[in-house]
Amino acid sequence: MQDKKLLEVSKKIRRSILEMSYKAQSAHTGGALSCVEILVALYFKTMKVFPKDPYSEKRDRLFFSKAHDAKALYAVLAERGFFEKKLLDGYEMEGGKLPGHSTRHCVPGVEISAGSLGHGLSIAVGSAFAGKLKKSNHKIFAILSDGECDEGSTWEAILFAGHHKLENIITIVDYNKLQGYGITTDVLDLEPFGDKWKSFGWNVISTDGHDFNKLIPAIEKAKNSKGKPTVIIANTIKGLGGVEMHINKVSSQYKPPTKEEIDEILT
Amino acid sequence: MRIAFVNTLFKLAKKDSRIILLTADLGYSVFEEFQEKLPDQFLNVGIAEQNMTGVAAGMAIEGMKPFIYSIVPFATMRNFEQIRNDICYQNLNVKIVGVGAGFSYGPYGHTHHGLEDVAILRPLPNMTIFTPGDPVETSLVTTEAVKMQGPAYIRLGRAGEPVVHTVAPQFKVGKGIVLQKGKKVALIAMSTMLASTIEVAKKLKEKNLTPTIVSIPTIKPFDNELILDIFKSHEYIYSLEEHFAVGGLGSAVAEAVVTSNVSFKKYHMFAAPDKFSKVIGDQRYMRNDNGLSVDQILKKIISDTS
Repeated sequence: MQDKKLLEVSKKIRRSILEMSYKAQSAHTGGALSCVEILVALYFKTMKVFPKDPYSEKRDRLFFSKAHDAKALYAVLAERGFFEKKLLDGYEMEGGKLPGHSTRHCVPGVEISAGSLGHGLSIAVGSAFAGKLKKSNHKIFAILSDGECDEGSTWEAILFAGHHKLENIITIVDYNKLQGYGITTDVLDLEPFGDKWKSFGWNVISTDGHDFNKLIPAIEKAKNSKGKPTVIIANTIKGLGGVEMHINKVSSQYKPPTKEEIDEILT
Repeated sequence: MRIAFVNTLFKLAKKDSRIILLTADLGYSVFEEFQEKLPDQFLNVGIAEQNMTGVAAGMAIEGMKPFIYSIVPFATMRNFEQIRNDICYQNLNVKIVGVGAGFSYGPYGHTHHGLEDVAILRPLPNMTIFTPGDPVETSLVTTEAVKMQGPAYIRLGRAGEPVVHTVAPQFKVGKGIVLQKGKKVALIAMSTMLASTIEVAKKLKEKNLTPTIVSIPTIKPFDNELILDIFKSHEYIYSLEEHFAVGGLGSAVAEAVVTSNVSFKKYHMFAAPDKFSKVIGDQRYMRNDNGLSVDQILKKIISDTS
């Protein structure tokens, strides 16, 4: 049995994501839906966070590199009490506070500006290096898309973290296996994906990215790593819980719900 | 300039453990003492400039004061988007240091020339750009870079640039330095062209012309006020830079003047022409090939003014 409360929260997050997507008629819905459980497991179970003191020195940091899927991050932060939920109405809207790609401090809890792929891991790794120098106890989390593992700069950061044995960093790849124009194995095959990270000096945990009973123990195990950074390759389904015809399809990256579709999902 | 930079930073880093010097595998024979005495404040990230820039941003988020170092093209172009997004967009306290301005690495070929850096960094909001003209100015801007918050770029020559200032001048961010007040002719120099500009001025004096000499140690923000004063009080005005004509000092001067109501008689930019050099040679040789030698500059000014 999975934690009921977490399942309920996830359901609410999915609704928020789809509402934002419909209202703004925005793209990038599939990848937001695929990382819901990852974010919920972090913000509601495994990460040390202080919604009323969002930048407390003691907090665990989350660097959300796949910033095109910011809807998911915004929805989770709002649900966790970092800011008022009504701000979600301003997602990608004129005068709103929530840009399509999350921007540092646009609302409390958003740690970095990202949007161009392959930047977030380097920033996270720099923060982890500084944390180690300062002998801090907090953890650094980075969430990456599989697509941005095409970027060379991501691998520069992976190499660096392995070399410096940054055990305080935990990277989670939302491995939904679909990128902008196709299936990752067709576009630019990442496999053997885990072996690549391993050969760069990382612990590798491959798990189901939608099952809390697997995801949470994986994160807890990663938190206790000694002498090595950890990557959790979270196997996910793009578009899960969204419009049926786009689930696990490239179209989930681009197609917002129509009026009929959103009505059906929300009722 | 490189020595003045590292000596100044070393002195300040001993008193401030938040300063950290990151290099992309360069600095052989220059950084050894820094590394030995302050091992926790020195980090060779390997030949990975994009990651170095992101890592520095992450460190700045945690309150550190990172300085990232490489040769001009690798410190500003390879990692341009990281400078734009990770540093400037987030307004983080990261300092970028490029060594080898202009044709400092002349014989190495164009991959190692630094002729576009000012032009590509000037449009970035939040960015301060320091363009010191000699070791004394280098020390002054390095000290200021440590004090100030936010992104900045320091454009360095290589080694062996002569000391121009025998006494440390007054220095403020965004302000030019007047080295000599003259009449009729004004020479405005940036970065590695300062020493040549002094030479040109000396030779003009032999022809009974005493030009005003201005150094621009900060190209962004730019000292529009001083430039307009110079245009109001001189007839022949020249900007001198070891950088392409597009987007550098000459452009900044032109932007300031064209958008004002100041009229002028003659303005000319001495800058590298719009070409990849087909020849190789030392800095002096390369400047000559690009119309930037002391004699070429002198000849043009004398022809204009006589």
